Amino acid sequence: MPIRTEPMTVNVGPQHPSTHGVFRLRITFDGEEILEVEPVFGYLHRGTEKLAEERNYVQVVTLTDRLDYVSSMINNQAYCLAVEQLLEVEPPDRGKYLRTIAAELQRIAAHLMGIGFFLQDLGTLGTPLMYCFRTREKILDLFEMLCGARITVSYLRPGGVFADAPEDFWPALDRFLTDLPGELSELEQLILENEIVMVRTRGVSTLPLDMAINSSVSGPVLRASGLAWDWRKAEPYDAYDRVEFDVPVAQNGDNYDRFWVRMQELHQSARIVRQCVEQIEPGPVRLDLPLVLRPEPGREAYGRVEASKGELAFYLFSDGGISPYRCKIRSPSLINLTVTEHLLVGWKLADMIVTLGSVDINMGEVDR
Amino acid sequence: MYGLAMVKGLMVTLKNLTRKPFTVQYPEERLTQHPRFRGEEFVWYEERCTGCASCAKYCPLGIIKIVTSPSETAIDQGDKYRLEVFDIELQRCMFCGLCVEACPYDALFMGSGFEQGKYSRKGMFISIDQLRQSEKHPSTFFRPQLESTGYNPHKNRPLDWKEVGRESWNWHRQEKMGMRLASGPDLDNGSAEELEPAGTSSSDGSNGASS
Repeated sequence: MPIRTEPMTVNVGPQHPSTHGVFRLRITFDGEEILEVEPVFGYLHRGTEKLAEERNYVQVVTLTDRLDYVSSMINNQAYCLAVEQLLEVEPPDRGKYLRTIAAELQRIAAHLMGIGFFLQDLGTLGTPLMYCFRTREKILDLFEMLCGARITVSYLRPGGVFADAPEDFWPALDRFLTDLPGELSELEQLILENEIVMVRTRGVSTLPLDMAINSSVSGPVLRASGLAWDWRKAEPYDAYDRVEFDVPVAQNGDNYDRFWVRMQELHQSARIVRQCVEQIEPGPVRLDLPLVLRPEPGREAYGRVEASKGELAFYLFSDGGISPYRCKIRSPSLINLTVTEHLLVGWKLADMIVTLGSVDINMGEVDR
Repeated sequence: MYGLAMVKGLMVTLKNLTRKPFTVQYPEERLTQHPRFRGEEFVWYEERCTGCASCAKYCPLGIIKIVTSPSETAIDQGDKYRLEVFDIELQRCMFCGLCVEACPYDALFMGSGFEQGKYSRKGMFISIDQLRQSEKHPSTFFRPQLESTGYNPHKNRPLDWKEVGRESWNWHRQEKMGMRLASGPDLDNGSAEELEPAGTSSSDGSNGASS
């Protein structure tokens, strides 16, 4: 006699350790297989866009730190580029290079977080995560030298960065760049070709390229599906047009490829930082702008960067006042989440956790 | 061969097994922060402060409260205003350092500590008396003049108000003397009425200003 079975709906989250924040998934299971997925978010909504409308242009920089709190520098960069477009100014060269260095270091830190937690979700119980955090810790120490804070940096300002790097920053950065390849190869040796990781992630939750493009997915998730699309190449900002780097692309769009693309990008980021250190020259780091900025009324700007998770953009509209009339944030994590259903349906519960880890979302950015 | 990569991975583990730990046991061992570290508690030099409330205006959260009144005793020394209240509501402070960036007279500095946990909300408040009495170990954040001297708040002695300015003290005194109110209550009347801090009377209408 067959056993009577029926689908069961399970809530995963919002307080679930592997959803990377307060993210909730309402999943209908048939046994272990996923039949239906409904992502529910909004638990971390802080009204950043509205708050930006009542702060002046420089004060908003502190809000952008808290969007994707593992890549604050890049958020700062996107916002500052938008304000500079509004004001039609361009930061001095040294400022641009410092921004690029800061953003690329932050990308390494953010990717290490993504990789570490992805492997943690696979069940590696901490070891690779700690290796990732060891490297990330050094980057955070560098940020402390640069700007006095480790996570909520607020280092960039419209028109450059707030201060030049201290003298002891450059030797420390040199040491870090010397140590980095060894640490990364250690991590690669540990996990990149591990058979268990391969079996668990290869061919799981594939995202075809046309699907990725149609859902306007960006960042490593898109590049893992086979399109070499990177805003640093497509529309260079700051100092990216003066450095050489490759855009790693994978073909299958499965969990392993997303992980692999991030691993390769670590090397490219380090390459960019090295070139910036060679090219940077003494000079001013910040334009002499007033403390309270007043762009011309009616102007609008769209500042766009390649953040660690994809395309991050700020749309600003000025009415001539001291704060933006409208500030719209296009956050990569939210858009990348739109393919969740496609990625998860048909796979097992254990793969769901891994897939979420490989998409690498950050709820601070999804809910804003 | 199947399993080879796992052996390779295990080699890394073995190599790390014999390595010195990267972490420190926090309460016993401590790492020192960089001199630029933005921390608690704020270092404020009353002698340098004119009560302009630039910091209060520029604070994204509006947690700095400044009340000034016309000074009667100190006019000869160049003090136009007497500061009555300079409160920082630390529970909402995010240590962005914009107040320090806005201070034109180098009167406000970030501090260098980070272990100021309190048991009650009342404790999360820095009053003017605390600011006056606290030891002055200013952070070099946004203060290139301190950075160029190689000052380290974690090691060096507390700094006096005459040592921290980006201009000489004479320049600063003249600046303070020259601060005249364009309009406002006559000082001779000696009214106890509170003066608007100079910064807040402009028409910006930004948040954060208080008095």
